Amino acid sequence: MSRGAPAPTRTNWFGPQRRPQSIAGLLMVAPFMVLFLLFQLWPILSSFAMGFTDMTSRDLRSPFAVNFVGTENFSGLLADPTFRRALLNTGVFVVVAIPLTMVCGLALAIALNSGIRRLKGVFRAAFFVPVVTSTVAVAVSWKFLFADRGVVNWAVGLVGIDGPNYLQDTAWAMPVIILLAVWRMTGLVMVLFLAGLQGIPSDLYEAARVDGAGTWRQIRSITVPLLVPTLLLAGVLLSVTFVQVFEEPFVLTQGGPLSSTTTASLFVYDLFGFGRYGEASAASYVLFLAIAVLALVQFRVFRRRT
Amino acid sequence: MTALQTPVAPAPVASPPHSPSRRPRRWRSWFVYCFLAVAAGLTVFPLAWSLLGSFKPSAEIIRIPPELLPENPTLGNYADLLADDFVRYFANSTVVAVASVVGNMALCSMVGYALAKLSFPGKRIVLLAVLVTIMVPGVVMFVPLFVTVNAFGLANSYGGLIIPFLVGAGGVFVMRQYLLDIPDELLEAARIDGAGEFRIFTRVVLPLCGPALATVGILTFLGSWNSLLWPLVVAQTKDLYTLPVALAFLSQGDGTINYGVSLAGSVLTIAPIVLVFLFFQKYFIAGIATTGIK
Repeated sequence: MSRGAPAPTRTNWFGPQRRPQSIAGLLMVAPFMVLFLLFQLWPILSSFAMGFTDMTSRDLRSPFAVNFVGTENFSGLLADPTFRRALLNTGVFVVVAIPLTMVCGLALAIALNSGIRRLKGVFRAAFFVPVVTSTVAVAVSWKFLFADRGVVNWAVGLVGIDGPNYLQDTAWAMPVIILLAVWRMTGLVMVLFLAGLQGIPSDLYEAARVDGAGTWRQIRSITVPLLVPTLLLAGVLLSVTFVQVFEEPFVLTQGGPLSSTTTASLFVYDLFGFGRYGEASAASYVLFLAIAVLALVQFRVFRRRT
Repeated sequence: MTALQTPVAPAPVASPPHSPSRRPRRWRSWFVYCFLAVAAGLTVFPLAWSLLGSFKPSAEIIRIPPELLPENPTLGNYADLLADDFVRYFANSTVVAVASVVGNMALCSMVGYALAKLSFPGKRIVLLAVLVTIMVPGVVMFVPLFVTVNAFGLANSYGGLIIPFLVGAGGVFVMRQYLLDIPDELLEAARIDGAGEFRIFTRVVLPLCGPALATVGILTFLGSWNSLLWPLVVAQTKDLYTLPVALAFLSQGDGTINYGVSLAGSVLTIAPIVLVFLFFQKYFIAGIATTGIK
């Protein structure tokens, strides 16, 4: 019945009591751990090492014959104007796309949650569909829509504006990429916000209405403050996704024109494509550090607010 | 005593169900519907335009002023797509996605169960491994992962496309959270009846996991089907391209882009997943709301 004598310093995992569970547990996690060691941990560690070498695609056959170059890759990267531009572009993308996605998602969630009943499911499905679509496939059609003589410029022309050739224009290419990302992710945060809104007790709004608060005031003083945990969750989620942005520029612009849409991921991919693995690993690590710092900052803020 | 009072209390507060104040809301709900309709229209427009465009001849797609509906509907774009090996790419995408789904459903449920309900040595290490995997973004990993996969001779093979993603940490997390809620008494009862641990897992636990397994399956399918970066890195010859890779290269070709074929390929890539979504909406939304995709 009882576990016997007071537990010794070490648990006897393979004693008659515990053996069946220990063995079953170990066997069940074994495939995961093997895959983890081979395809997660080893690459993480080896990429750190690779970042300090001059490894290229020609060294694939004999990975241990590469030369140690110290921090040369890192200093080289930081001196490379394209890399700095890529970091800047990624930063701009993240800083603009996150609030934009949140505002759109919040507006849709509030509208859906405002007590309407008819067509609610249809609208929700429509807003969520972009989340499940392939970015590549959508980007293909956006390329046509935003072409010089595309549908967007035709529509803009109706009100008398001569639209630019968006994807070939250093000022306009990035906004189109941001728009695509916002379009695709708004439905995701909307769902998160809908779940969060359902947790706000309705008598709060009741009381506010009795006190004469209008809709806008209710949103500002009740909805948003009570959604802070959800907002932060969405923020973390979006920033991790957006910092890695790759597919949109890869299909729409390939980083052009004049590196105006080269993102950090695209930069790493290009280095990889040229076979410069050592430098690509170093660049990955810089990106990784940026992501880690970002996540850390957000968790700090998160903890303080709750 | 208290039990006697409960049924009486809530009844008399007859309030209009769910809509506290009625009249002035009429205008507001009009406004809300207009807003939602415009937003939904803008959201769906690019998809609708692609779908309808895929049935237009190329000249009609780029014609200005544009027409939404095809004037001379044609299946020519899809015929061209078939001639251009897209059957192969579609099959590749399907094979990779199905293998990943099966692998994840089997392996994630085992790991999730072990973490939630079994006590065994090294459990903390496994949990740590799951967390590390969730935290490290794919973009950071792909260069060293390619070197590793290549060292195993898996570059440019189905194995290379599938094996590194056979068990996703997100799926493990979903399963573990779900299984934590299953009562221990159930498992204890089975143990007392003399059932072995694996028998308990397959006969008692798995049958209860339907919704969680559906979520894992759907999230895996979604991730695999839409994935671009890794297939782009691993598949070096055309016979291993998946749909997104083939489509990306198709639309990158400068100058001689075939508009119709591109749009048809785009529809072929989007349609299956949207259909799956419409059927299993509940699981998509629940799964994505808990794990946040990818």
